[in-house]
Amino acid sequence: MPSETLYTSNPVIEVSHVCTRFGSTVVHEDVNLTIMPGEIFAIAGGNGSGKSTLLREIIGLHEQTEGTIRLFGQDVSGLGEQDAQNVYRRLGVMFQQGGLFSSLTLAENVAVPLKEHTDVSSELIRDIVAMKIATVDLPMDSAGKFPNELSGGMRRRASLARAIVMDPELLFLDEPTAGLDPIIAAGFDDLVLQLKAVLGLTVVMVTHDLDSLWRIADRVAVLGNGTILGVGTMRELAESRDPIIHEYFHGPRGRAAQSQYGVS
Amino acid sequence: MVESSSSIEPRICIIEDMIIQCEGAWTIPNLAALDHALQTIKWPDMSELMCDTMKISAMDTGGAVLLHRTLMTLRKEGRRVSVQGLRAEFGELLQMVSCNRSRIDEVDVSEPGYLSQLEQWGRQKSQQAVRALDFVGEATVHVSGALRRPSLIRWRAVFHSLDRDGYHALPITGLLAFLMGVVIAYQGAEQLRQFGANIFVVDLVGISLFREISPLIVAILIAGRSGSAYAAQIGTMKVTEELDAVRTLGLSPMQLLVLPRVFALVIAVPLLTVYADILGVIGGALVASSQLNVSGVEFVGRFEESVALRHFFLGMGKAPCFAVIIAMVGCYQGFQIRGNVDDVGKRTTIGVVQSIFLVIVFDAVCSIVFSWWKI
Repeated sequence: MPSETLYTSNPVIEVSHVCTRFGSTVVHEDVNLTIMPGEIFAIAGGNGSGKSTLLREIIGLHEQTEGTIRLFGQDVSGLGEQDAQNVYRRLGVMFQQGGLFSSLTLAENVAVPLKEHTDVSSELIRDIVAMKIATVDLPMDSAGKFPNELSGGMRRRASLARAIVMDPELLFLDEPTAGLDPIIAAGFDDLVLQLKAVLGLTVVMVTHDLDSLWRIADRVAVLGNGTILGVGTMRELAESRDPIIHEYFHGPRGRAAQSQYGVS
Repeated sequence: MVESSSSIEPRICIIEDMIIQCEGAWTIPNLAALDHALQTIKWPDMSELMCDTMKISAMDTGGAVLLHRTLMTLRKEGRRVSVQGLRAEFGELLQMVSCNRSRIDEVDVSEPGYLSQLEQWGRQKSQQAVRALDFVGEATVHVSGALRRPSLIRWRAVFHSLDRDGYHALPITGLLAFLMGVVIAYQGAEQLRQFGANIFVVDLVGISLFREISPLIVAILIAGRSGSAYAAQIGTMKVTEELDAVRTLGLSPMQLLVLPRVFALVIAVPLLTVYADILGVIGGALVASSQLNVSGVEFVGRFEESVALRHFFLGMGKAPCFAVIIAMVGCYQGFQIRGNVDDVGKRTTIGVVQSIFLVIVFDAVCSIVFSWWKI
């Protein structure tokens, strides 16, 4: 990781003093995060710790109760229609359930951003779409299938293909490996690394997957008790004295993943 | 990625008869222009070409696909093309494109022909017919089993359904039936007055409501209100794997979900029909007294002598049949949902349309049969 270049440029995402409440339930209390271009940043934490809510807030799908979130230096909640569209064109989101349009085939789903936002000829669109489908390692004969004919893992890949079809600068992944078998999950990790290397993406992902965290995350933020318990590389977090972080990374599964990725 | 040196316009052109000069940002926003330029370019008649990519300032997958496609077309024509000056990161991108390209080309993505589409349609329809028959058969077996052993019927569910689909439908059914009575009497009033046959409004209202309008209005309302709900409820249970859970717990979805709904409607629809009959006649009687000077007493007197009881029973006889059609179609469509949410809406709509269609077809058949039998 070329850290010098990383820290001289402007942050892609700045989350400052964000509080979120659903009625009387407090989800976040004073959450602060800075994500720099070119890094793979993971948001980890237990079930119900508000990871997905934070992701939704960063993307602008849900409004925080207090605080500001800046995407590419722009305040997300104050964006007008046009500005929001411009921001959305620079990012891609892979949803956990896929978020694929069920009335369109896989190929048509992937083609949507190209068709709607560019005037590229349909022939070239087909080439690019086929390219992306191949990139995410989906079999070509699935291109004509509808989302309900695809398995969960394939749907997620298709969602990823759609998210990267415009070559965005920023890619959000919501639990990319949850519910995938270990081989496919590892393949997914490789895929994210490859995309980052080739396309120079900044990746923000929400995940539980300790293997994934060890393998691909440059930095990790651990959410718990409504706030960020710690931010840093996995090595740094593994040495954290915070009881929740310790529990999270040194439970039986955490130890297995840790020993596998070569940390004493 | 795009920002750097965007001063150079993206373009592709031939210089010195053998060098393909590529410049600027080869990114998705510029693809349309580049593609257009490529369409009009005239390739020189040389067997060896050089592609100078030094001045490409930015490239994304779209640009790489376009460049790769161009190179491939040229190479297919038997020319040798060498690429020079490509930045390392773009080279990697191009490498990825060509890697995946070979996989794409293996697959034929042509559309199926009309004949095979027709075949598929036929197969689908026949499969649907078989599934529908299957469902009717299974339901019949369960119903006859339950009739022989009433303890098998889930009475709690039946009463719950009766409450929701029968009792709660009273206001809307009553209002509509009342209005239908009013409408029929009004429409008849003008014609009857011309002939001085005011009193026949009683026959008009009584017979048409009892025989046709009330059962139909109730059936259509219930199809929209409950038939759709059945499809959506069962469909949602399918999507959330509740149906699978029911099966693995050793319970029968038929017994648990379908029978109570069928029984509830078979009880509720005839009762609602009687209720609709009464309110419809009241509506007709009000119009008769206000528009045709047929007093309430006269109306009731004429009603007794002219509207035979058989009209009432014919209507009442159809009501439970309608109920069975609505409940079965609703439940059947619910079971046909295939694990996705989009399907729920589609199947619900199909369920309503189908049940109203079948109700009216059944009604038409009844009319023909009754007229043969002269009743």
